[in-house]
Amino acid sequence: MIQRTPIADAVTYAIMVLGFILLIGPFLVIIAGASQTMQQVNAIPFSFLPENQFLANATQAWQRADLGTAMTNSLIMAVLVTAGKVALSSLTAFAIVFFRSPLKHLFFWSVFITLMLPLEVRVVPTYAVAADLLQPVKFILSLFGGIQIGVDWNLLNSYTGLTLPLIATATGTFLYRQFFMTLPDELAEAARMDGSGPVRFFFDMLLPLSRTNMLALTTIMFVYGWNQYLWPLLMVTDPSYKTVMMSLRSLLPADNGTPDWNVTLAGSLLIMLPPLVVVGVLQRWFVRGLVATDK
Amino acid sequence: MADIDIRAVRKNYGKTPALHGVDLFFASGEFVVILGPSGCGKSTLLRMIAGLEDITGGEIAIDGRVVNRLEPRERGCAMVFQNYALYPHMSVANNIGYALKVSGVPKAERERRIAETAKIVGLQDYLARRPAALSGGQRQRVAMARAIIREPKVFLFDEPLSNLDAKLRISMRAEIRKLHQRLSATSVFVTHDQVEAMTLADRLVVMNRGYVEQVGRPLEIYHRPASTFVASFIGAPAMNLVRTRVEVESASIRFGGATVAIDPAFAARQRGQDVTFGIRPEHCRLSATAEEGVQARVDFVEELGVGRVAYCEVEGEPFAITLDDHTVVTAGDMLSLLLPSEHLHFFDTDTGRRIEMDAPVPDAAPAAAHHSVQTMGVLS
Amino acid sequence: MEKRAVFKSWWLPVVFALPQLLLILFFFYWPVAAVVNWAFTLEPPFGGPAEFVGLANFQEAFSDPFYWNSVMVSLIFATVGPLFAISIGLVLAIAVDRQLPGSGFFRFLYILPYAIAGPAAGMAFRFILSPERGLAATLNAAWPDIWNPAKYGEHALALVIIIFIWKWSGYTFIFLLAGLQSVPRALGEAAAMDGAGPFRRAIDVQVPLLAPTLFFLLVTMMTEGFVGADTFGIVHAVTEGGPNHGTEVMVYRIVDEAFKGLNYSGASAQSIILIGLIMIFTFIQFRFVEKRVHYK
Repeated sequence: MIQRTPIADAVTYAIMVLGFILLIGPFLVIIAGASQTMQQVNAIPFSFLPENQFLANATQAWQRADLGTAMTNSLIMAVLVTAGKVALSSLTAFAIVFFRSPLKHLFFWSVFITLMLPLEVRVVPTYAVAADLLQPVKFILSLFGGIQIGVDWNLLNSYTGLTLPLIATATGTFLYRQFFMTLPDELAEAARMDGSGPVRFFFDMLLPLSRTNMLALTTIMFVYGWNQYLWPLLMVTDPSYKTVMMSLRSLLPADNGTPDWNVTLAGSLLIMLPPLVVVGVLQRWFVRGLVATDK
Repeated sequence: MADIDIRAVRKNYGKTPALHGVDLFFASGEFVVILGPSGCGKSTLLRMIAGLEDITGGEIAIDGRVVNRLEPRERGCAMVFQNYALYPHMSVANNIGYALKVSGVPKAERERRIAETAKIVGLQDYLARRPAALSGGQRQRVAMARAIIREPKVFLFDEPLSNLDAKLRISMRAEIRKLHQRLSATSVFVTHDQVEAMTLADRLVVMNRGYVEQVGRPLEIYHRPASTFVASFIGAPAMNLVRTRVEVESASIRFGGATVAIDPAFAARQRGQDVTFGIRPEHCRLSATAEEGVQARVDFVEELGVGRVAYCEVEGEPFAITLDDHTVVTAGDMLSLLLPSEHLHFFDTDTGRRIEMDAPVPDAAPAAAHHSVQTMGVLS
Repeated sequence: MEKRAVFKSWWLPVVFALPQLLLILFFFYWPVAAVVNWAFTLEPPFGGPAEFVGLANFQEAFSDPFYWNSVMVSLIFATVGPLFAISIGLVLAIAVDRQLPGSGFFRFLYILPYAIAGPAAGMAFRFILSPERGLAATLNAAWPDIWNPAKYGEHALALVIIIFIWKWSGYTFIFLLAGLQSVPRALGEAAAMDGAGPFRRAIDVQVPLLAPTLFFLLVTMMTEGFVGADTFGIVHAVTEGGPNHGTEVMVYRIVDEAFKGLNYSGASAQSIILIGLIMIFTFIQFRFVEKRVHYK
């Protein structure tokens, strides 16, 4: 950097430390609180020093909110959603980029428009579809001569129901599309000259080449999957399918009960940990995915 | 070994025509170079032979079989791409052997053939590397090896040398030529570099704006360019082209204060119309006396090491001549030029097409001895 | 430029795209069709098929003061939150971009809050900013009720906005830092030669060149503020829209009205309005992204 003045450097450091306090401070409070006793956590003024109660608090939180089940379910959900998104978006992008087909514009736009249809604005009918996946099919059949089928295909309280409606992804599709567009045309042509058909090209060339891309997408989608809130809240009534975001509520101290915030904070910390680890350890990929998907 | 027959082939991109009906025949084992400026349709034509581009109209037959509807892999062609198009995630060995893998050749045989091919192009020590760890010349060899290993009937080269530096380009040129002699598959080589074209080609196809301008052996094209386009595109520095009027009575043209005698029969046919005449810079000579000849003023001089090029001005027209080592001129000098009439070319000013003189014109050999050297003289 | 599409089959791309297209059809287009249908119809209270009622559901929504309250809350949420998140991200990005020793460490940390789900962050902030503890308790002791999000709507709104800002500052920081690093070094050097100090350079050279990124972030963040999953999550986990509808953002009201009020038609009408809003934002973004391409 050009021209370093001591004052400018001091201000720069001051800003960065202030940013640290603002953005990382809350984590420090959580860590401190999660490792204190109930008396310490409720003391005024609050002590920012961690104590040695974390394991005890975490154990209690684990039991209170049945975090074992919840963490397992969330992990399954995040992994399935991520795998599904990565697989389907690469396939769709392949169809959009590498084929001379008039349908590619239709594919592109029907995926694009989903960006404008967040879950919150279509939540009731989406729930209805999940409660009976064949509902659209039934409707179409009833238009053609009133055929009735009596079967219901209910996705509520299942991993399918937790994941399937979340797998379609415009973001992922565009990330892959953008990556595919940067590949030189000659690559596919050379493969074609070498006798490779489209399917072979996809598996022999595109998949290995898009490893970086896949990793970037995986990190952001894992965080996305783990942090799902509204959908599991609606889908799941059976406690054996509940996810971590749903158990947050059971971690809260009861309104007039003992204010054992130390347990709450220890539980929240456990819940925050997996995505934190992903973003921390794989930050390079995460940032790459983030910046690439939104440009 | 296969011949390639291109019949009335057209290509449109949407409504824009890129090729206007091309007829060409490449004999089996021939090394054909397609030469032209960018956008002339040469790469399109090549890619249509390869099967990478749809054929809008006409037919392409390889070895007597119409291939219009065949997939690239069914046509028996191998292609070397301009940017090599190596598979970046595969080792050199896997790059070379990919086509065999696709066609299901067993691993042992594949490895044997990869080793053989790598030896031909001198890559045996680099088989484990990735393309990114290779130099430009080595990548070029991988691209070649990838084509060779398939033992194709036809080799297609799409400007394969244009990404190399000048020195490497010359040595690769020689290697391609040697390789062709060894494999003797029909080869079609696309380039915009005329030196490459002249040195490599058995036969040369010059294209411009989607039309074939001329087909012939390199020297034939050099000595008898079929149009002003070919005349100015082949040869460096480019042929001087000057528009002038034919004097019927004196069977001559006037240029730069001099009168250049031409074939009387030709002059009579032209009936005093405008024609474009051309002469290559290397065919102009300096006159011994200052008075006779075309008066040219030197604008600037380019040193080539072996000789030099003097860019002159004659009657406001640019006019270049090449001079040997011993002739030193500087900007501002007045030169007197002799234009030997057997080296004059005439073109129709409107169409740009060559006008044949009645007198026979040298064929392949540069300056034919049986021609009377009627140096263009000075009449009056 | 359009890529040369290489393969010719008509059915293969369909096969490849079909899995995702089916999911989109079942979980996006079909539900949205239902939303449109419900928005213009109403089920009679005593049963029977839904009747077409034109714009009545919209009129009903518009005549409800709580609807306008939610519009107001969303508007505040989706402007204040993004403005702060972007400003913090910008200041931090400029600081980190100076690449002083140790700035890599800060860069690594600043992105971490983005990993946290809104509701989980909300839990923690309910503790950190609870009126009975820490800094807020001291303030409340000096000035009673100066901070009580459980009691005052404005305080609760401030609380959820703070959580939003906390989560998204790291996100804007990443983009702005990437933007700054794509500004050619030579520009800063030229400004230094012209005699501009570090602060002047930040204001005169860096920020103007970041204008496209800033604008992009503003649109993205505002969309996030209006309809983002985290917006709903934060509000639902921290305040449940209260107290007294003080934090009832539009998305929260839609979900609440549908699942608690069972007023599908009213919720659908509000959904349509929100979809329209997103479309406008998306359109603006696209117009602008297009411009940015020309600009480069």
